Amino acid sequence: MNELIETALQRPNIVAFVVLLLVGLYITLTRHNLIKKLIGLYLVQTSVILFLVTVGAKSGATVPVLLDTASAVEQDAYVNPLPHVLTLTAIVVQVATLGVSLGLVSAIYRKYGSLDEDHILERTR
Amino acid sequence: MTLSYELPLLLLLLLTACAAVLVKDLISAVLILGSYSFFLALVWAWLGAPDVAFVEAVVGAGLATVFFLLTLLSTAPKDTHIRRHAPPKAAMLLLPLLAALLLYATSDLPRFGDPQSPASVHVSPHYLKNSLADTRTTNVVTAVLMDYRALDTLIETAVVFTAGIACWLLLRRDVK
Repeated sequence: MNELIETALQRPNIVAFVVLLLVGLYITLTRHNLIKKLIGLYLVQTSVILFLVTVGAKSGATVPVLLDTASAVEQDAYVNPLPHVLTLTAIVVQVATLGVSLGLVSAIYRKYGSLDEDHILERTR
Repeated sequence: MTLSYELPLLLLLLLTACAAVLVKDLISAVLILGSYSFFLALVWAWLGAPDVAFVEAVVGAGLATVFFLLTLLSTAPKDTHIRRHAPPKAAMLLLPLLAALLLYATSDLPRFGDPQSPASVHVSPHYLKNSLADTRTTNVVTAVLMDYRALDTLIETAVVFTAGIACWLLLRRDVK
């Protein structure tokens, strides 16, 4: 048990990632309000991005902008840039899908007059 | 990269996330989600990812909050659900199982900030070493995004365009 706590403290970001992922999944599954479900989905997406950026971190390294352009590059002096590129794309696509889902939510509200799943299911029967 | 302000930041992140899902008033929930995005941007800056921090602050905290608020102002800004359902049994069973599995798998990952972790020794040194000679750009993230992976970025703009068309089709008023 002590060993488990120690490994968790050495990787606090991973623990935060697990907590955020599970909170998001739980909210997406159990809340009956559509906006609340989307907030849960947003938490899931950002937690995955947190995991990706954490994987690329190096202790003692600086941001991936080259300081010295004359000499050869030390690979341990800069953090890993590849996760950053992937997450830039992921954040933009995440907000694009969020926009489409919010558009769907307002279309549903205009047709059924409610954001509550139970009300909507009653109206569709 | 010290532990002195890393743990308070992560705690604030978890606190704002929990507050955003617990608050009844949906507009407050969305605004708390915006502050969560700003704390996330601080975390990116601490992890050495300024580009991701900028995008998170502008697109995540700004644009996403505006989308949420626009939707809420044209619909119902209150979570009117009074009846409390018991959460589904499958969720109560599977989510703790998933948590245990993920935390168990954590011990197999490389230590936080390890320069010799597999992700940092495979192809990323190649980009760090050659991007200046190949692209004449000192920012390696920009070099990879706009040069090596320019086609990905082009298709990403196609995705954003498709999302815009989908929103327009959903939200137009004169549907026959």
